[in-house]
Amino acid sequence: MSRLSVPKTYKLAIGGAFPRSESGRTYVVTAPSGEFIANASLASRKDARDAVVAARGAQPKWAGATAYNRGQVLYRIAELLEGRRAQFVDEIVQSEGVTATAAGAQVDATIDLWVWYAGWADKYAQLAGNGNPVSGPYFNLSVPDATGVVAAIAPQDSTGVSLLGLAAVVAPIVLSGNTVVVVANEAAPLSAISLAEVLATSDVPGGVVNVLTGSPAELAPWLASHADVNALDLAGAGSLADGAWVDLQISAAETLKRVLPPVEGAPAPSLERITAFVETKTVWHTKAML
Amino acid sequence: MTIEHPVALAPADRAVRLLGSDLTEKALRLHLEGLSGVDAVGLEARAAGLSTRSIKASSKAWALDTIIRTCDLTTLEGADTPGKVRSLVAKAVTPDATDPSTPRVAAVCVYGDMVPYAVEALGALHGDPELGLVSIAAVATAFPSGRASLAIKLADTREAVAAGADEIDMVIDRGAFLSGRFGLVFDQIVAVKEACRRADGSFAQLKVILETGELATYDNVRRASWLAILAGADFIKTSTGKVSPAATLPVTLLMLEVIRDWHRLTGERVGMKPAGGIRASKDAVRYLVTVAETVGEEWLTPHLWRFGASSLVNDVLLQRQKLRTGHYSGPDYVTVD
Repeated sequence: MSRLSVPKTYKLAIGGAFPRSESGRTYVVTAPSGEFIANASLASRKDARDAVVAARGAQPKWAGATAYNRGQVLYRIAELLEGRRAQFVDEIVQSEGVTATAAGAQVDATIDLWVWYAGWADKYAQLAGNGNPVSGPYFNLSVPDATGVVAAIAPQDSTGVSLLGLAAVVAPIVLSGNTVVVVANEAAPLSAISLAEVLATSDVPGGVVNVLTGSPAELAPWLASHADVNALDLAGAGSLADGAWVDLQISAAETLKRVLPPVEGAPAPSLERITAFVETKTVWHTKAML
Repeated sequence: MTIEHPVALAPADRAVRLLGSDLTEKALRLHLEGLSGVDAVGLEARAAGLSTRSIKASSKAWALDTIIRTCDLTTLEGADTPGKVRSLVAKAVTPDATDPSTPRVAAVCVYGDMVPYAVEALGALHGDPELGLVSIAAVATAFPSGRASLAIKLADTREAVAAGADEIDMVIDRGAFLSGRFGLVFDQIVAVKEACRRADGSFAQLKVILETGELATYDNVRRASWLAILAGADFIKTSTGKVSPAATLPVTLLMLEVIRDWHRLTGERVGMKPAGGIRASKDAVRYLVTVAETVGEEWLTPHLWRFGASSLVNDVLLQRQKLRTGHYSGPDYVTVD
């Protein structure tokens, strides 16, 4: 007797929970061959709003953790990813239609990238900050500080980025103490939600990484104009209608957001992606006169 | 036992009309304990049903303005200072500096000793909320516990009224109520109502706080609401905001049903004020729906309906900004206090 298969329901990840879309909408995720894979939630603007509220609520505590602690938490994610490697390979093979070898290479690259960024958590400040020489008996220190809540569009290419692209966007944002609302790859969102499940069972506090599945064209304008979002990573926005990302940048300017422009494929690991989402705070403190 | 202080009973006019001039504790008890019991499951189901209504954009805009117009902007902290009260008054007068079309709140609600500062800060804008002005509510009678002698409660009340408070929020003695001494609670409300009399013979509005979070059962809430109305309350109010649970939708619905029954019986309109724990506009809109469905839309004026809240106004302002500008706003765009 054949067993009835139990397909997984893919939901959103907001504030450490996995709700369905507030709108009740779903969309069908298919393989490149057109074969049905799963139903995913089609996030609405209200889901985006709720995700921003969750991200804002989680931000002070996450930024308040020590840099060393954040690094350990990120490293732990890499460990868990390694443990669920087979599941991610399977999902990537299904949704991108690539070979198991190519999918395996993408998962490995994701884990390596995550370890690379985890290491930076307590080290980037040494490069991005400075002890400024001043002519007086006090210290003058410039230190990088998290920007706050960052909204991101994950790379939308059809192959090679459904997991790697999301990780390459999320890791540099959260390591400095930001929280993120990320819109996953629209055509291949499954591994993004599975990654959110990994985060939920790791030590990342709820609300630090919020994943929305659905249409970036629909969600991005609301996130770009949202007054409680501090920065915008448009990594995957190049795939939107011609020049749409420029309009996003214009509406982001209304509330003085930092904006990172679109890139091709998954963004390469770089220190610049970390420092793009920090503010430099300069403080002075008197030297002891003893 | 007959109720003492016959002179102070003058504001107990309602009770005399309903129960007769022989106003004994026994008559009061027979009346209150004769009230039918509350169907708790039905009440909560009704309240849950009322909170599922879908509100369309134009109604929402009206609701948001109504919430502001009927809000008692409140600061009741031990750390309150004249400066804090002045900034509260500034917010009451101009809730959103980026949008002059924002209505003013109904009142500021402060401790009795802060009333003079509120009067001074409001200046010419002190007055009837129905005319777009802002009135001053003072909590009195040893708020929030109510644990003080009657003399102190009355002095507390008189002082606030003399300082210029238009509305007095008193707390009932829950200990006495729960141990069945209805006459004592009744007497105290009557006496405080008497203390609300100004030199010219008019009365400051009396809001009676039942502190429903301490009353344990819905039956007690219904009895306390009747008791307060009989004793001359102009408003009945759920909570001090210092006890959890504070205002809930089922309790508010139940109190509104008492107000509706009183109106059917006598034609008099008594006001209602849920207070504490209402922080989101969405929740506040549910209360408005409950009012409209239970006692009718004519109750949605500052003379008959108030929200007691400190953080609700900020959330309403964010929603108003969203409706006006078309994009989501954030807490950086409203004042902190």
